Amino acid sequence: MFIDYQSMSVWQLLAFEAPGWGGTLLSGLLLSLEIAILGFLFGLVIGFFGALGKLGKSIVCRDLWSCYTTVVRAIPELVLILLIYFALPNLLNSLLSLVGISNIEINGFIAGVLVISFVQGAYATEVVRSAMLAIPAGQIEAAHAFAMPKYKILYRISLPAMLPHALPGLSNLWLIATKDTALLAVVGFTELTLAARQAAGATKEQLLFLTVAGGLYLCISLVSDALFKYFIRRSNKGQIHG
Amino acid sequence: MDNQPLIQPNLSHEKKATSMLDLLAIKAWFMPHRILLIVITLGSIAGLVNNLSWYWIPEYQDAILEGLWRTLILLVTSFITGFLIAIPIGLVQVTGPSFLAKLALSFCTLIRGTPLLLQIWLLYYGVGSIFPEIDWLRESFLWPYLTDAWPYAFIALTLSVAAYEGEIMRGAFAGVPKGELEAAKAFGMPPFKILSRIWLPRAIQRTLPVIGGEVILQLKATPLVATITLIDTYAVFSKIRQETYIVYEPLLLMTGIYLSLAGIIALLFHYLEKRNGAR
Repeated sequence: MFIDYQSMSVWQLLAFEAPGWGGTLLSGLLLSLEIAILGFLFGLVIGFFGALGKLGKSIVCRDLWSCYTTVVRAIPELVLILLIYFALPNLLNSLLSLVGISNIEINGFIAGVLVISFVQGAYATEVVRSAMLAIPAGQIEAAHAFAMPKYKILYRISLPAMLPHALPGLSNLWLIATKDTALLAVVGFTELTLAARQAAGATKEQLLFLTVAGGLYLCISLVSDALFKYFIRRSNKGQIHG
Repeated sequence: MDNQPLIQPNLSHEKKATSMLDLLAIKAWFMPHRILLIVITLGSIAGLVNNLSWYWIPEYQDAILEGLWRTLILLVTSFITGFLIAIPIGLVQVTGPSFLAKLALSFCTLIRGTPLLLQIWLLYYGVGSIFPEIDWLRESFLWPYLTDAWPYAFIALTLSVAAYEGEIMRGAFAGVPKGELEAAKAFGMPPFKILSRIWLPRAIQRTLPVIGGEVILQLKATPLVATITLIDTYAVFSKIRQETYIVYEPLLLMTGIYLSLAGIIALLFHYLEKRNGAR
């Protein structure tokens, strides 16, 4: 079926129904957001344990976490995506075939979440670590003086006290996560950027669709920036600023 | 002359302290678990070298070196140009007229709020698709450049550096102590001289610890130009993988190359910072 895109108006091209490509863009946007959110959250979890490991007593643990953060932050995300997309499934399959489990496949979505959380984890480790170091020692000592057990100190004192210090860094990380999802376009995963490219290729309206995608990314950035600013202001309430 | 003996023992003391630190740093490498880790790492590298197939390296050696060269050229030129643009972008946000400050701020927000890959594609496929429709451009001397991928990659990477570094320079300019600028003014320096002699050098000095990381970030961004047909390191290895049907080895070598580049950059800036860093 031949569709005459040249004679369509901008709004017809961006319509959500079939001849328009708005629906494709929107589902790409949703996929991007889902991957970014999951990657960010898993990254936070990794970062939390990483920070505990780096601040902990065990030197071996500290060195291993340092290796992780240094190496991950030095390899281009695009290369990491290739590694996880192509090398990881092969590796897993050859390991699993030893145990006798049938082959597994890593689809674009899982690979995307894996890559982003892996990268975010390295950066989040540093953010959480420096935030934990910024907690006044007296607060932890006071908790010790009340004979709080270690884990209670962690979730009652360290976590809440660390959050205001970590929020600016985390806001930055979230923005990086949303932008990193675009890299999945390179391995053929239809998130927002690739959706825009496909629409552009089909309609020959390159500038229009890529600009619209850019506008959508910009909206995400501006909205999340405003949200994080609100949270930062809230968490700074009642704090003394030197 | 009087204060000379006061200074000299201080200096020698400092020197002793640093050499002690060096000694400690060297000693730190010989802790038992670190030796074990190093042995494991070296062992696995040796295992990889021995057990995987590397027969394709001599064949593609020249291509790899050329790709590496392109990556480095792109990295250095785009970073320097971008940084030169970032200086006025940072400056006008601190001291410029409000409309210029707003313009610079919106430029930074626009570039920092969208993915670099999209910007590259927007320039190459989007803006690049307009040019063929303009008739006089096709006959002009610019045409060969406009059909090549180089300028688009260079402009996209440069703009990205300008925006990210502009933000950093804004903070650095604002962070230079007021007293230093006032002192320069008190000496009757004209504004431009204050900028070139005091404000800019002090601001750049303040950014040194961050800039090493920024260059590494930029290095990590360069593979994106492979998506618009530029043959950089990343593209060379993609080609090798397509032609030889080898999955792991090219990926591993490429990872190793990027890792060592990042390491070299980090060491370089560590050295620079040690030599002229602010305390």
